[in-house]
Amino acid sequence: MLSQRFIESLVGLFLIFALIALSVLAFKVSGLTSLFPSASYDVTANFDEIGGLKVRAPVKIGGVQIGEVSKIMLDPVTFKAVVTLHIEKQYNDIPDDSSVTILTAGLLGDNYVAVTPMYSKTALKSGSQILYTNSAMVLEKLIGQLIYKIGNGSGDKSSDKHQGSE
Amino acid sequence: MISRLAAVGAWGIDNLRDIGKAGILFYRVLISPPNIRKGFPLVMQQIYVEGVLSLLIIVVSSLFIGMVLALQGYHTLAKFGASQELGPLVALSVARELGPVVTAILFAGRAGSAVTAEIALMKATEQLSSMEMMAVDPLRRVISPRFWGGFISMPLLTMIFNATAIYGAYLVGVKWLGLDAGVFWSNMQSSVEFQADIINGIWKSVVFGMAVTLIAVVQGYSAEPTSAGIATATTRSVVYSSLAVLGLDFVLTAMMIGSW
Repeated sequence: MLSQRFIESLVGLFLIFALIALSVLAFKVSGLTSLFPSASYDVTANFDEIGGLKVRAPVKIGGVQIGEVSKIMLDPVTFKAVVTLHIEKQYNDIPDDSSVTILTAGLLGDNYVAVTPMYSKTALKSGSQILYTNSAMVLEKLIGQLIYKIGNGSGDKSSDKHQGSE
Repeated sequence: MISRLAAVGAWGIDNLRDIGKAGILFYRVLISPPNIRKGFPLVMQQIYVEGVLSLLIIVVSSLFIGMVLALQGYHTLAKFGASQELGPLVALSVARELGPVVTAILFAGRAGSAVTAEIALMKATEQLSSMEMMAVDPLRRVISPRFWGGFISMPLLTMIFNATAIYGAYLVGVKWLGLDAGVFWSNMQSSVEFQADIINGIWKSVVFGMAVTLIAVVQGYSAEPTSAGIATATTRSVVYSSLAVLGLDFVLTAMMIGSW
């Protein structure tokens, strides 16, 4: 049998090894940064349609990530989606007449929120609301509109046929 | 006919009694943790025997599992032109499922069987009853340290398994198949969540550790004190714990799937 002291130091090594593995998992694999959250502020925006937007989706200006979506709620009166954007403190001079759009990364990618800065002299601050919003494009609706338009173009024939078959 | 029925009844009662015995043993192990000053070295020794000595098989198998997963995943993903998603594929499947489950099954084979055999042999050679003669509680001296040792080792082994498997996938994906390292890690980071994926995987391993060590200890403690009894107990320990791990995994995944 090994001496107790040796066993204890091996167990200690084992423990340290496991904790290193856990911190690798935390920081390298899952990209954990919220353990020390960076200073930030929250603004809200109301959308008619948010598509597949999820909590933790990125918020970007010109493709550069400046924050993330922290909360999505439904306004019980107007039935609009209230999206809370969590923006890092270092970007504290975004004009308050900027517009936000929900876009899709790639053809089938995840949704993200794009902020388009405008020219107002006053900046967004914590708790302010972004008024100019563009809803998410929903692919099904677009296809529906397309089909509707095609249908209108050759509308007479198809309605004739329809009636004929009846 | 009646005797057949009686046999079924007896079988049921026997099984229930075994489960009850296991429950009582579990309860007694929980309420009689080895005391701090005397028991601590015993638990240390068991962590060494069950945890540190299992490290080799865990590290080697996790490295190869990660490598094989990356190789298989790469060829399938490349067909859809999505080979940059290899990182998330490997990290999610390892952290959520493979890490806890494979570690638990290897642990049952490597450490659980050894614990069962040891306790069963102690019982067969009447070491446990002679301990009672000397007014040493075998539960405190033998059973409890083995339970706690396994219970503590299992999550630690799972963390090491996860990290090594992902490193193995990195070796194959980036170093051999030539994916871009930055894309590999950043895609992984954007789809793996610490709380929902990694911590939940570790919770699974905590439950598995409890199940595997409890089954090992119970099988050893209730083994028939013969050489054939030891053999049966060891086999049962491995079979029951593997089945319990797979069954519990399904239940836990069903419970956790809401948060994904």
